[in-house]
Amino acid sequence: MPELSDYLILGAILFSLSIAGIFLNRKNVIIILMSIELMLLAVNMNFIAFSHFLNNIEGQVFVFFILTVAAAEAAIGLAILVVLFRNRRSINVEELDTLKG
Amino acid sequence: MNFEMPNFLLALPEIFVLGMACLLLLIDLFLKDQDRHLTYLFSLFTLVLVAVLTVYGYSGERQISFNGAYVADGMSQVLKLGVYFAVFVVFVYAKDYLRDRGIFKGEFYLLGLFGMLGMMIMISAHSLLTLYLGLELLSLSMYAMVAMQRDSARASEAAMKYFVLGAIASGMLLYGMSMIYGATGTLDLSGIASQAATADKTLMAFGLVFLLVGVAFKLGAVPFHMWLPDVYEGAPTAVTLYIGSAPKIAAFALLARLLGDGLINLHDQWQGILIILAVLSMAVGNIVAIAQTNLKRMLAYSTISHAGFLLLGILTGTRSGFSSSMFYALSYVLMALGGFGMIMLISRKGFEGDKLDDFKGLNKRSPWYAFMMLILMFSMAGVPPFLGFWAKLSVLEEVVASGMIWLAVVGVVFSIIGVFYYLRIIKLMYFDEPASEEELECSADMRLMISANALMVLGIGLFPGALMAACAAAFSTT
Repeated sequence: MPELSDYLILGAILFSLSIAGIFLNRKNVIIILMSIELMLLAVNMNFIAFSHFLNNIEGQVFVFFILTVAAAEAAIGLAILVVLFRNRRSINVEELDTLKG
Repeated sequence: MNFEMPNFLLALPEIFVLGMACLLLLIDLFLKDQDRHLTYLFSLFTLVLVAVLTVYGYSGERQISFNGAYVADGMSQVLKLGVYFAVFVVFVYAKDYLRDRGIFKGEFYLLGLFGMLGMMIMISAHSLLTLYLGLELLSLSMYAMVAMQRDSARASEAAMKYFVLGAIASGMLLYGMSMIYGATGTLDLSGIASQAATADKTLMAFGLVFLLVGVAFKLGAVPFHMWLPDVYEGAPTAVTLYIGSAPKIAAFALLARLLGDGLINLHDQWQGILIILAVLSMAVGNIVAIAQTNLKRMLAYSTISHAGFLLLGILTGTRSGFSSSMFYALSYVLMALGGFGMIMLISRKGFEGDKLDDFKGLNKRSPWYAFMMLILMFSMAGVPPFLGFWAKLSVLEEVVASGMIWLAVVGVVFSIIGVFYYLRIIKLMYFDEPASEEELECSADMRLMISANALMVLGIGLFPGALMAACAAAFSTT
């Protein structure tokens, strides 16, 4: 039977992977969007594990809300991506550099 | 399982705004482009009505409803009225600007109202879940607003950066929330406060750090400030005005709810983190602002330094400290509205007045508005007797009262460095030759509103007692 700490370590690994995915990736904005989704799923893993081991239902309710918000967030992110591509004909992260100072 | 009917009346302002925004969504669909001002009038009408509802619907005591997820108290009333006022002013300023650029669409007002609903939920949140949902409703509306000018490459780049960094911030905040939930076994803020003493120390500390990183991202505190100047500069000025004003009140509410209501027992642990954030924000904000040539970017760095000052009051952890920060947040929003409003005043069709050089010789072109800008800049710099001075003074007083005199000295030093770039604008306006002698062209309501805004900064600066008393009263009931 897996312990609570096993689930927390899995959550932490997924979370670190998503952060690494956002900051190391220099090519494609879509990979960043995928990493953001992974980050929210890592949090869900934590909530469910805590909810199960604490015998408390609130954490699972929170997960449903996070899933819904994640869907809305993905919709807005992809919409912004489409606008960006129309204006620049590119979604390369390194070319997003007109604003600085 | 017992089912308890929540007290819906308590949340009447939120329910009303939601209903009116949905109604506006439908009405706007059937309006022709030349009738778009009806959308504008309808949203102003909504704001006035919801203010009336908020004032008359409040019983004067702290009440909790929706199974501990929603709270109405003195703080929520004052902050909500501040948010309505700020959004009202934004809508009035934005009208001409949007019309000149062909983005006078229903979306701006709809997203503005939904964002405001998010802020109201954050202000009245009494559980981690409502706090998160309010924050996301606000953030998602703001991402979409930044990208609203669809043919602008700069706006879409700003929107993308804002979206990615905002999503990281939300992720951090959520990760922290999951840790706090794991340690205390509840999402309710007062439950967390009562459990915090017995909860697992490492888990709480871990959660606290992630929470603070998320909040610092949203507030724009250094070292999590990189998105702020880019977004302020890239977004259409009307949207910058929205992002730079009302959400600061909501950010204060987020901190006050999380740290004041929920984690006040961990004060020893979060105080140190906030001191670092505050000192870095004041330093980087004030020093980097000197190097800017774009006024929107300069005001963005000034926002970062003001965020540092805002944290100064909160990190004392006392009730009077929180109320001084609340006074600071409300005063700052009034000044920011005026500052970004001035950029929109001197902008016209096909011309963005967002360079520092565009303010050259404003006194020759229009002495009255140069004087208004003078009031706003002196106030932001913290020169007496303007509002900004009292805001800085009250925060610094609290820092001294809690025994951190060195921190107050650091704050004063950096605000003196900050005076330089505010005074530079005044020098440009009064002592340089204008690039063009053209008259300012804008409508009467914009002129009236911006004069009223700047005179309010002066007026409340001369008689700050009423607003200060309201902020103090907001924290005496809890």
